[in-house]
Amino acid sequence: MLELRSLSRHFGGVRAVDGLDLVVEQGQIFGLIGPNGSGKSTTVNVITGLFAPTAGTILFRGRDIGALPTHRRLREGIARTFQNIRLFGQLSVWQNLWVAQNSAADQARQGFFARWLGGQSGAREEIARLLEFSGLAHKENELAANLAFGEQRRLELARALAARPQLLLLDEPAAGMNSEEIGQLRGRILKLRGSGVTILLVEHVMELVMGVTDRIAVLNFGQKIAEGTPAEIQADPAVRKAYLGGGAA
Amino acid sequence: MDFYFGLAQLIGVHTLLGLSAYIVLLTGQVTLAQAGFFAVGAYTAGMLTVLAGWHLVPALGVSAMSGAAVACAVGFPALRVKGLMLVIATLAFGEGVRLFFFNFDYQIAKGGIKVGPLGGEGFRQIRFFPENGWETWDVMLFIWVFVVAAMALLWWFDRSRYGTVLRAVGEDELAAQSVGINLTAVKVSAMTVGGAIAGVGGGLYAHYTTHIEHASFSILLATFAIAYPIVGGLRSVFGTLLAVIFVQGFLVEGLRFLGDWRNLLFGALIVLAMNLRPSGILGRRRHA
Repeated sequence: MLELRSLSRHFGGVRAVDGLDLVVEQGQIFGLIGPNGSGKSTTVNVITGLFAPTAGTILFRGRDIGALPTHRRLREGIARTFQNIRLFGQLSVWQNLWVAQNSAADQARQGFFARWLGGQSGAREEIARLLEFSGLAHKENELAANLAFGEQRRLELARALAARPQLLLLDEPAAGMNSEEIGQLRGRILKLRGSGVTILLVEHVMELVMGVTDRIAVLNFGQKIAEGTPAEIQADPAVRKAYLGGGAA
Repeated sequence: MDFYFGLAQLIGVHTLLGLSAYIVLLTGQVTLAQAGFFAVGAYTAGMLTVLAGWHLVPALGVSAMSGAAVACAVGFPALRVKGLMLVIATLAFGEGVRLFFFNFDYQIAKGGIKVGPLGGEGFRQIRFFPENGWETWDVMLFIWVFVVAAMALLWWFDRSRYGTVLRAVGEDELAAQSVGINLTAVKVSAMTVGGAIAGVGGGLYAHYTTHIEHASFSILLATFAIAYPIVGGLRSVFGTLLAVIFVQGFLVEGLRFLGDWRNLLFGALIVLAMNLRPSGILGRRRHA
């Protein structure tokens, strides 16, 4: 589904991502872990087109998408959430989902005028479903900025889903969550996999990563130092060294 | 009474100018180009009624189209830059338009006298209204038909997905492109709609003053254009209308008795208003 071939992104002399090879198969939940500053978020930003790669190729469903602008990659089926939540704070919860309906399917479903200048009726059903999934149905008219932290995380996930993605990139979705919220998030991620969405999960919280992923790659200083099943990764001496030696827990 | 009709004409035209900046400001872009589109509309409509003998209504249609076309052409390169750089780029464009009309001569003889734009002298005798016997009252109503139409259009946008997308871009461009919004298309479209509205406003302005010149379309006018939606707030189009009434009706006209001290107080009152209502007269109170 997603294939990175010797992908690099350098910032001046800093090799944030350096020669990364990665293959995410359709239907997988693929974990990307590593100490702080190991290049995980940069990888997500390169895949979504916010940063151009310094070198290397990004293949999505066999097609090179390296030259497409960010909004076109969304249309191809790649959606994401942000590590530091980026909602449209002065729009309502409902409107946050409305503006995110930009999938190829949504563009084909409605004519230009109905899509852009029509009212809300054409979008009601789908958004109601997303609100239900995220447990935000009772907050649909609230401004996104007024939501509690956990609700904002849920809304961001729902906003990514509004684009009907085939590949979902979750950038530290459990950051700042308590144990109960992490349990709910795990339930949502598994439900999404059940509906056929492939997931690339970038995460620090081992409780989540080890519980849901099929396969994990470990980054350190922009390079992949290990890849395997969660059990293999937990037993890998190089991974232990990177985490303990790097000072991060 | 004519004084109040005249004031209402001015408020109407400035509301169109403010609305043209309002829609661009929704996307988070601060533009000083609106006076340029206004000037293009003014000269276009004036030349069509005076030189080509058109009726004003189709002339205003062409004004809208030329304002939109220029805005679209300016939008593509200008909207690639953001913040202060965009302010400078649009300021340069506005000054460029003003200097173009400062140098623009296109006069033809009509009934023994030469009419048309004459460079720094300006474009005199745009006499469609007096020639057709329109009173101040008629002109005022005519202007307000367009103001109401523009307000209705933008009000409708605000309720549509398009308007919501404009606001999303204004909130967070990075998030907007990440949810599949084409930033360039959205920003240029807002600039184009704004250009059309400013073009109509300019065309109306040319006809009710009957005399336009380059100096009328200076940086001062561009500043007013962007000040209206900022002072009025971006919650709805009515904020811009209220801001124009506040600035033109109350500050400019109402303080006339103060003579030269007016300008000082004028600035101070805008600062005071912005401090009392930081999100504008009709602004939404921000929650933490």
